[in-house]
Amino acid sequence: MKVELTVNGKQITADVEDRMLLVHFLRDVADLTATNVACDTTSCGACTVLLDGESVKSCTVLAAQASGHDVTTVEGLASNGAMHPVQRAFHEQHGLQCGFCTPGMVMAIVSLLKENPHPTEEQVRTGLEGNLCRCTGYHNIVRAALAAAETAEVPS
Amino acid sequence: MSIMGTRVIRTEDPRLLTAGGVYVDDLRTPQLNAAARLTFVRSPLAHARINGIDASEALREPGVIAVLTVRDMDDLAPPPPSSGEWDGSPTPLGGPWSEPLLAVDTVRFVGEPVAAVITDTSYQGEDAADLVTVDYDPLPVVLGPAAAVADQTLLFPAAGTNIAIKNAVSTDDTPFGACDVVIERDLVNQRLACLPMEGRATAASYENGKLTVWASSQNAQVSRFILAGALGMPPDQIRVVVPDVGGGFGAKIAIDRDTITLAWAARKTGRALRWAETRSENLVAMTQGRAQLQHIKIGGSRDGRILAYRLDVIQDAGAYQRVGGLLPFLTCLMASGVYDIPDVQAGFRQAVTNTTPIAAYRGAGRPEATAAIERAVDLFAAEIGMDPAEVRRRNYIAPDKFPFQTKTGAMYDTGRYEEALDKALAAAGYAELRREQQRRRENGDPRQLGIGLSSYVEITAPDPDAGETAKLEVKDDGTAIVYTGSSAHGQGHNTAWAMLVQDELGIPMDQITVLHGDTDVIPLGVGTYGSRSLQLGGSAVHNAAIEVKDEARHHAAEMLEAAEADVVLDTSTGLWQVRGDPDTALSWAQVAGHTTGGSLVADVSFVQDRPTFPFGTHVSVVEVDTETGQARLLRHVSVDDAGTVLNPVLTEGQRHGGIAQGAAQALLEEVVYDADGNPLTSTLADYAMISAPDLPSFELASSETPTDLNPLGVKGIGEAGTIGSTPAVQNAVVDAVSHLGVRHIDMPATPQRVWTAINEAQKASNQ
Repeated sequence: MKVELTVNGKQITADVEDRMLLVHFLRDVADLTATNVACDTTSCGACTVLLDGESVKSCTVLAAQASGHDVTTVEGLASNGAMHPVQRAFHEQHGLQCGFCTPGMVMAIVSLLKENPHPTEEQVRTGLEGNLCRCTGYHNIVRAALAAAETAEVPS
Repeated sequence: MSIMGTRVIRTEDPRLLTAGGVYVDDLRTPQLNAAARLTFVRSPLAHARINGIDASEALREPGVIAVLTVRDMDDLAPPPPSSGEWDGSPTPLGGPWSEPLLAVDTVRFVGEPVAAVITDTSYQGEDAADLVTVDYDPLPVVLGPAAAVADQTLLFPAAGTNIAIKNAVSTDDTPFGACDVVIERDLVNQRLACLPMEGRATAASYENGKLTVWASSQNAQVSRFILAGALGMPPDQIRVVVPDVGGGFGAKIAIDRDTITLAWAARKTGRALRWAETRSENLVAMTQGRAQLQHIKIGGSRDGRILAYRLDVIQDAGAYQRVGGLLPFLTCLMASGVYDIPDVQAGFRQAVTNTTPIAAYRGAGRPEATAAIERAVDLFAAEIGMDPAEVRRRNYIAPDKFPFQTKTGAMYDTGRYEEALDKALAAAGYAELRREQQRRRENGDPRQLGIGLSSYVEITAPDPDAGETAKLEVKDDGTAIVYTGSSAHGQGHNTAWAMLVQDELGIPMDQITVLHGDTDVIPLGVGTYGSRSLQLGGSAVHNAAIEVKDEARHHAAEMLEAAEADVVLDTSTGLWQVRGDPDTALSWAQVAGHTTGGSLVADVSFVQDRPTFPFGTHVSVVEVDTETGQARLLRHVSVDDAGTVLNPVLTEGQRHGGIAQGAAQALLEEVVYDADGNPLTSTLADYAMISAPDLPSFELASSETPTDLNPLGVKGIGEAGTIGSTPAVQNAVVDAVSHLGVRHIDMPATPQRVWTAINEAQKASNQ
């Protein structure tokens, strides 16, 4: 079937299998490989992207369902070469090690801070329940989220 | 000022944060443009005979290129004769104990690869794999180490037993005879899934007689030699590339049968191939960790002196012995931990079972040792009614006894165990925690407080003589390239190695490129495991920098027409000059340009005389809801001393991740099978992988006791957090309900286990 998505501001039209998942559309059709797949039960959140500004797990959305909508991946987050405050906070707080969960984790936090610009540590931890990381013990990811919330710029 | 020991954020991050890493499945290299997908057909049964495989229906599906089975592996050499003990060589086909690439006539665990389906796309692969019909005759199943050693059903009838390797423990009870108190019991160190966020992934292409394999691995060079042996190819016809790796934790040490099969299939079919396992595949087919049944016996005097300790391990190897007896060997080596115990007995049996093979998982044999002795010490403390901190204090190896030869054969390099305890107790506010615990006990609070301690010592770089390579090149544009045999998968080698070069040569970090994981560029190397990278690989980089500096001094002296002894390098500016004469300054670009080749190069290998032994104490605070059995980790304080710290940012990151994985074993995670050997935890919806709300922020206190075994004074920190944290959390859970008569709760301390332990203790006290 024919789908038409706007990904990171760019329109992409393609003929895909009905069953194609959004994450596979992003990786294989749009050739945006930052968004990773790390489970097959919607448990890990590595594939988290923004769909019309709200975080979704792109392994649980069909490309067809996203047709006509706006998708933002971590590749589309920086503007004019400057990292988004959440990306910068991850860098400064050592919020990533192997980097595999990171794109999904960053997008989940962007969404979390949009809903709740000044969360407590507990709210950040609860908000990240659906995003798994094996390297960091979540310690510095939580610090990065809290640090990003402290920055003057309002995350988009 | 030296950059060593300062907080430097990682050079790796900007790319990972803005464009994402390039993991195997992200590769868009031209060689893989037309790559087909490989999908494994895996055994749904834990133990069965294979009567036949029918691929005819699958072959009729669109996009199916081939369905390969072991019968197609006629181009591989016959298996080497097996002595029954693993000799370190790959085992392509057949033979007692050995593991085939694809199942021959028997499957021995759910998830064992039976056939490989090759299709144009991955969706077609999943469809076609479902249509491959395998005719199985189920066989009786062996589950759990205790059943395995009974030898009633054999996995390898030709071997005559399920016990593959053993080093029997002493049964001499004499040392316990002199003890006031002797306690013995079984402890379960449960099977865990390693769960790097990126599962296994491999791509391969075979062109003009050269095989290129891209693998998600901790060791490119070792992988090349394994492929050469398994496929019967000269190593120089194989290139292994390890791109970004999404975590390893021991389960990606080298490569396993799935990757070798894919490489073989690429050669066989002439098609470039890709495979990236699904999580459901990963949770049954990637090696798992721990899986020991331990029997401990501890004896001592009523004044708190431990006099004798015995550890008898049955290691569940899973269906095939991936790493020989390495894990229980390390467990036994580290059996007595930080304690000076006059009599120590340790031994093991390793048995095969119809489960996923066991190999290294963060700590690899040492967490099991620490869990056993730290639980034993708490049992002893409870029996004699002494504070567990005090019992530990009375039994530590004294700081003036190092280097210390243990009864089990380890040679500890340096250690200040009591100091680590004091720091941890102070950071935790131990006395106040005990008072709060007492208050809750007296009030009959349904939410009881538990305080758990763990003092640990572990072995890092356990194979110091294998060493590590480093080549350093300073070019005539003033930039430097580090070629390292070590291999990062999240640890931050690029940042650390660049710091080492900047510190020695004064070349700024942003002018230094660190390369690893490509055997065409770096043919020799060992890789990352056993917390060896900084002490071996980092020391190699450090020594290479010193060699480059010596050579540069020679050239600078010539250029400046001065004696070498009068030529100095200012590492704050990276300029060479005659001592006291700044006008003579030469840059690295100028000095490198003076050489005939236009660059200064040092190629070194660093070996260490002995392993190093990091140590520390963890204090864990949990709250247990006595009505539901729910245990919640409130605080975790750690002192981890791994010698000199190069970059606290990286060290702390390693400790955080380690603590979380250790706490996960104590509280949540366990691979579970049903009675037929079906895994019940084969998705992330079923396996209780620890997540952010399960954990508090960690409280780290620093301690640095350098080793004298390498020029940097460093020990490994990658696994210490895991080793230290598990017993602290487990002990805290038991401590929370010890006043109710509970002495032990096996891991993971799930609500059901904790609730049952409380109820059984109460029933016992009512009788």
